[in-house]
Amino acid sequence: MTTIQATRPTAALPTKLRHRKQRPTRWVVLIIAAIVAIIMLAPFLLMVLNAFKTGADYSSNGPLSWPTEFTGQAFSHYLDIVNYPRALWNSILISTVVAFVGTALAMISAYAIGIGKVKGGGPILAVLLLATMLPHEALIYPLFYGAQATGTFNTVWSVIIVFTVLQAAFGTYLLASVMSTVPKELLEAAAIDGANRWQILWRILLPVLRPALSVLLVFFFIWTWNEFYIPVVLLADQSSQTVPIALSTLRGQHNIDITVLNAGSLLSLLPTMVFFLSFQRTLSHGVTAGAIK
Amino acid sequence: MTQLTAQRSTPPSIRTKTRPTRHQVSYWWYLVPIAVGFAAVVLLPFLANIGFSLFKWKGGLAPLRWYGLGNYLDLLQDEQFWLAFKNSLFMIVAIVVIPTAIGILLAAMLFDYIGRKFGTRAATFLRATYYLPQILPIAVAGFIWSWILDPSNGSINTFLRSIGITEGPDWLGSPDLAIYSVMAMLVWLQIGYPVVVFMAALSRVDPELYEAAALDGAGWWRQFSAITIPTIRPEMFIVVLTATVTALKVFAPILILTGGGPEGSTIVPSYYAYRNFFELSQVGYGSTIATVMSIVIFAVAAALLSWQRRTDNV
Repeated sequence: MTTIQATRPTAALPTKLRHRKQRPTRWVVLIIAAIVAIIMLAPFLLMVLNAFKTGADYSSNGPLSWPTEFTGQAFSHYLDIVNYPRALWNSILISTVVAFVGTALAMISAYAIGIGKVKGGGPILAVLLLATMLPHEALIYPLFYGAQATGTFNTVWSVIIVFTVLQAAFGTYLLASVMSTVPKELLEAAAIDGANRWQILWRILLPVLRPALSVLLVFFFIWTWNEFYIPVVLLADQSSQTVPIALSTLRGQHNIDITVLNAGSLLSLLPTMVFFLSFQRTLSHGVTAGAIK
Repeated sequence: MTQLTAQRSTPPSIRTKTRPTRHQVSYWWYLVPIAVGFAAVVLLPFLANIGFSLFKWKGGLAPLRWYGLGNYLDLLQDEQFWLAFKNSLFMIVAIVVIPTAIGILLAAMLFDYIGRKFGTRAATFLRATYYLPQILPIAVAGFIWSWILDPSNGSINTFLRSIGITEGPDWLGSPDLAIYSVMAMLVWLQIGYPVVVFMAALSRVDPELYEAAALDGAGWWRQFSAITIPTIRPEMFIVVLTATVTALKVFAPILILTGGGPEGSTIVPSYYAYRNFFELSQVGYGSTIATVMSIVIFAVAAALLSWQRRTDNV
């Protein structure tokens, strides 16, 4: 990860090398890129457009027309049928706890492998990586029973426990290789100064690895927030549902206005959108996290 | 990934300097928390799932009846199951093949061309718009698309009506068409991932390389195939591997867009397992499907990894 750098403005080529005739092509390329961008954004724009219409406006003028008036009606209707504040709180709680505990857990286990070089570290990492590839279908029914047996079914804790472990498995794999690039001299110096292993982990490695850890935090948060399969099974009750699951409970109910569904979709993606925009830099560095060589 | 086995010998200096002075807790203790969590959340459930697959079981308090490998034999005869795997190939086209191919072109276009001639800001902005669907909760994406593709009041057919095509196709309701509609949505969903990864990879390329190539008279395509593609090979491999695993696991888009229909035409293995677990109360059979899926995913991942290793050594 450390070798991958931010996308920098490439040093401009000496202008004499460029062909003078390329003028029209550059605009063609820009137009193609813009068209792709419009296709990518179109569903979002349609959603916004229709979330602010009245139901009557939608049924008489269809999805493509400009709203005759902007109204918050659909939003208030959505808030009536779905306990959005509760779902929002559940999602924030689940994703935050998983992000922090998962990262800490990954750090502790990666320490044993990346720095401690315990025997069999390679195979352990391979097993953890396999776990991240495992289809959740192969775990769900036993987890469903386990959650019921432990009384965590229909509570946020079942999902928190499951995803803390699953995210930490991936995080361990990633952090172990990052840790093995930390200069030995740094750790030796700390040891000579009298730090024990536990102190070295939190006082020396934590600050050094901060960039990698923040990438993990942001990703664990978003991944957990968007997770669908396990939450949809383990969180059957409205009081424990996350934002995406609460929205999906309206699937196939034809008596609900499309404008309401659009308002609900908009409310459901707003938190991730805010998160995305505030952490855009971290995300775009981190998306290459799996690509460490 | 190549580093897995590279770390072995601890420099003796750490040990000799710290050991005599005070007792150190073994590094093994640091693996205890993840070991406990892994056993509880992954290992035991996975083994239990394999166990269930050997029984006929309706779930809950219903009796477990030993069935041996019967479920696996039934699976081989099950047309739905084979159809589900055939549809997985469509998922691979939509999630791996098309996004990777288009992703390389888009990344090269944004990085080499737009980034240079219109500034990094333009490239960064466009990249963000391409990546946006990737951070969307899948439940939201599914909703928007099932509405956009709706035959009577969906945006696409409304648009078609406005240009005079009164009978727009039933995108998700026709058995011949539904799988392609789902694929279109998946391409939209997936495309941002390869674009972002490849753009980061392209920043590694030494601009002087292109300069030299241009001086030698190499056109855009020559530069692309001789410099760009070889440079981003490691990232291409990662994208193909992770996307293939994703494609074999596709679930939520199917559940939300089509529910496996119409006429079972869009069923995929994960959705078929889900149906057996929670709708048909055939837990043993559902576990069998899930176990076979895991084996297929591991086999495909192992095949891709060994293929990468072999081509790296050539």
